[in-house]
Amino acid sequence: QIHFVLLVSRQGKVRLTKWYSPYTQKERSKVIRELSGVILNRGPKLCNFVEWRGYKVVYKRYASLYFCMCIDAEDNELEVLEIIHHYVEILDRYFGSVCELDLIFNFHKAYYILDELLIAGEIQESSKKTVARIISAQDQMVEAAKEEAGSISYIIAQAS
Amino acid sequence: MASSNSLMDSLFQRSLEDLIKGLRLGESTFISRSLEEIRREIKLTDLSTKSVALQKLSYLAALHGVDMTWAAFHAVEVVSSSRFAHKRIGYHAIAQSFSDQTPVMLLITNQLRKDLNSSNEHEVSLALECLARIGTDDLARDLTSEVFTLLGSSKALVRKKAIGVVLRVFDKYPDAVKVCFKRLVENLESSDPQLLSAVVGVFCELTAKDPRSYLPLAPEFYKILVDSRNNWVLIKVLKIFAKLASIEPRLAKKVADPVCEHMRKQNVGKSLLFECIRTVFSSLSNQEVALKLAVVKIREFLMDDDPNLKYLGLHALSIVAPKHLWAVLENKEAVVKAMSDEDPNVKLEALHLLMAMVNEDNVTEISRILMNYALKSDPLFCNEIIGSILVACSRDSYEIIVDFDWYVSLLGEMARVPHCQRGKEIEHQLIDIGTRVKDAKLELVRVSRALLIDPALLGNQFLHPILSAAAWASGEYVEFSKSPYEIAEALLQPRTCLLPDSIRAIYIYSAFKVLVFSLGAYFSSQEPTSSPLAQESTSSGPSMVNGFTYNSISSLVNMIELGLCSLSGTIDVEVQERAKNVLGFIGMIKHEIAEKATSQNSETEAHRAIAFMEDVFSEELGPVSSTAQEKVPLPEGLDLNENLEGLQEICREVLEPMAESDYSSDKVSFSVAKLRIRDQEEASSSLPPPLESSSLLAEHRKRHGLYYLSSQKSDDHNDRDGNDNNTSNEYPPANEISVDSFKPKKKISKPRPVVVKLDEGDEPKRKPDASSSNDESLSRAIQTALMGKGKGKEKEKEKERVKENHEMNVDTENIEQSSRREKKNKKNGERSGKRSSRRQRGKEASVTKPVEVPDLLL
Repeated sequence: QIHFVLLVSRQGKVRLTKWYSPYTQKERSKVIRELSGVILNRGPKLCNFVEWRGYKVVYKRYASLYFCMCIDAEDNELEVLEIIHHYVEILDRYFGSVCELDLIFNFHKAYYILDELLIAGEIQESSKKTVARIISAQDQMVEAAKEEAGSISYIIAQAS
Repeated sequence: MASSNSLMDSLFQRSLEDLIKGLRLGESTFISRSLEEIRREIKLTDLSTKSVALQKLSYLAALHGVDMTWAAFHAVEVVSSSRFAHKRIGYHAIAQSFSDQTPVMLLITNQLRKDLNSSNEHEVSLALECLARIGTDDLARDLTSEVFTLLGSSKALVRKKAIGVVLRVFDKYPDAVKVCFKRLVENLESSDPQLLSAVVGVFCELTAKDPRSYLPLAPEFYKILVDSRNNWVLIKVLKIFAKLASIEPRLAKKVADPVCEHMRKQNVGKSLLFECIRTVFSSLSNQEVALKLAVVKIREFLMDDDPNLKYLGLHALSIVAPKHLWAVLENKEAVVKAMSDEDPNVKLEALHLLMAMVNEDNVTEISRILMNYALKSDPLFCNEIIGSILVACSRDSYEIIVDFDWYVSLLGEMARVPHCQRGKEIEHQLIDIGTRVKDAKLELVRVSRALLIDPALLGNQFLHPILSAAAWASGEYVEFSKSPYEIAEALLQPRTCLLPDSIRAIYIYSAFKVLVFSLGAYFSSQEPTSSPLAQESTSSGPSMVNGFTYNSISSLVNMIELGLCSLSGTIDVEVQERAKNVLGFIGMIKHEIAEKATSQNSETEAHRAIAFMEDVFSEELGPVSSTAQEKVPLPEGLDLNENLEGLQEICREVLEPMAESDYSSDKVSFSVAKLRIRDQEEASSSLPPPLESSSLLAEHRKRHGLYYLSSQKSDDHNDRDGNDNNTSNEYPPANEISVDSFKPKKKISKPRPVVVKLDEGDEPKRKPDASSSNDESLSRAIQTALMGKGKGKEKEKEKERVKENHEMNVDTENIEQSSRREKKNKKNGERSGKRSSRRQRGKEASVTKPVEVPDLLL
């Protein structure tokens, strides 16, 4: 079971956090600080698994971002590596050559995509096409609503 | 007007993008300013404004740790909007910030229900996602029926999520099992791989917690294992079988074949291969074929350059190491090579594997290799190595050590490794070996001397515990040392001021023991009967101390006196007291030493004092079993729980006799005086009539006999003399020794020394962990659900299917009835607030029919 997902930049800035187990706000900050310290200090050629507080953290670096997922000791690390890669590929397909800036400005979209990928800490969708389809469908709904809202008549209707 | 305000605000509200841009420029003040804005914006009625504000807040909360629990109510408001965009933002905020303590949790229930029943699959999926994250007991209970419906939905997206949600719902509300379990199991037979992977994932988690209940489903899983081509699914199924096979050995045999099939495939994915190997190692390790194949595959992992695979290979080997060491030994070179890898994880795993390979024969060799590595490595790894050597060697009371001399010198070597930080552990082992292994005392003293003499070690604070152990050992076993003078000198060297006071006190006390021993040797060598011995021992004796001449003893005494004089004024009370004790003692006997050279009188006070002190130090300290206290039998009539009010009386009396007695020397501290009492009682038979103090004690005993443990020899408290030997015998011997004698091996020339072991072990008993029983209700529910199915499975498949369908129909009927009722009530009822939910719960308590879905919306 995946306990949380964390995206950290090389400078230690947090880009995305998703928690599948109950952590208070204070605990979250503490965890983020600790884990960033450990992972950012690792050299480039080392293996992608870290043992931390009895759990395992699988991380992979893509360009300037570290994607980290915390799992139980019995889980399969290589599988989680593939999940991370899966997620990155979906993001890439959605944003078209995704870069860190995309994730900074569209962090909510990154969340929605992650939500389609993992539910309750388990992977639910292993097909990239399906996820892309779902997200675009959702986007369409949002777009349609936005258009409606943007129309002058709607604004007037709201105001009166 | 409110609406015009909102118009203006919506024109000027900072969007999320603006917020982000602003943040990238300037940090903390911007955050607090934005928070102000958000608080304002979020209270407005316009849902768009609210939702943007909420979105900004979620961003801040997620990435900058800002607390957003205060906005819970607003999140609920946003979610109630009909617009999908708002809903999405709202649910996202809820999933992020709601917890069990959120007060507005109750308001969510109806909203979730509405969305779960919505025709728009995306809304449904949003709601499901949210439920999966925040599901509480109440929510789970209330929404079980919806989840059940969705489990049978035609839309794959919804079904998938519903399956995922089931995990959380089951966890919080086990009764949901009765409703949902069948549908869940049906999905196992689905052909859609996505669906399958979701279901299997859920089962994987469930089996991890409670394997036994899911055993009846094994045939389904087996089919999936054999048929499926999807890696994700296979990995999960393998995990399930790993758990099931460990409780049902027959399964292991059956499963071994398909697992081997998968492993033999040409381009099997590495993750799947690894999972197969792991399954084999952990649960199927008694299947020969599978095991051998797995070991071959592991070798490939170890040879690969990819550090991930190397690490995993080593990790997997360490799983199988306890039972099948040959697998590890085959790959020994790879393991040793990994020790010098640059990845610390790999190095650690290699170290663990090496330690697993250690046994009596190779412990010296492996330790030598490891110490070499330790000297070359960084501090962290160096200490890991030292730590693991210490642990492995001390396991089971040093079971694998045959040559204790070598081990003690190794401990001394460890102290000299520059990065060593394991002082406490080494100290503990040095003392431990000293008390348990008689034959090692010589080597122990030798090593201790080397450590004590070296002034450089005193500066290293990590080594102080080791030095304190060395000091203690030198003092305790001084009879084995070659040159007590050297030891005393080392103990009192000026650089010892670098030591903390507690250790300094130990040093002084050890010097005292050395002094007493030397004096004893000196005086006894003056005896007429033993003088030929004294002359002999001056020239010979490899390990026994040489006789002391007048010069040597007086120089020793002078040196000690000089060393301690400076300490008699230190601030620390312990150091000062001990220094003064020794100085007082020296003062007492000093003039006697000169006399000794001339007179032969062996009955002087000094001589007696020294004899007493020697007695004091002659008691051998040994290991005490942790259960020894419990073994002390309670004497008759002693009630441990009785209130000790009567002691008040005694305590008053104790103060008075103390004032009466005429202790001669005020200078001598209290501790020495107490020793006198004891010594005199012991020697009462040979001495002139005892002093007042011992009679006082006897009187005391007479009066308050209830509080004394009865002596073994006699119950007669009046018998003073009879009791003189019993002061030490009142308690049963503390050392429960079961001597472990070891059969000497043919190869080794010296037999292994005797290590004192204790019956019940030496570690304090750890309390058993409180077992979690909140899964019990879940397992019971699942078992009952499966029992109903289980009977069907034994018959033919068709009958089984018919029966299942029948049961399902019955259930769906019930569900339909209840849902019809629900719909009716929904129309009648208002939007339920807190009051109605409370009423619901009250009503529900009275509904106890197990099979029907409980009425929730009354």
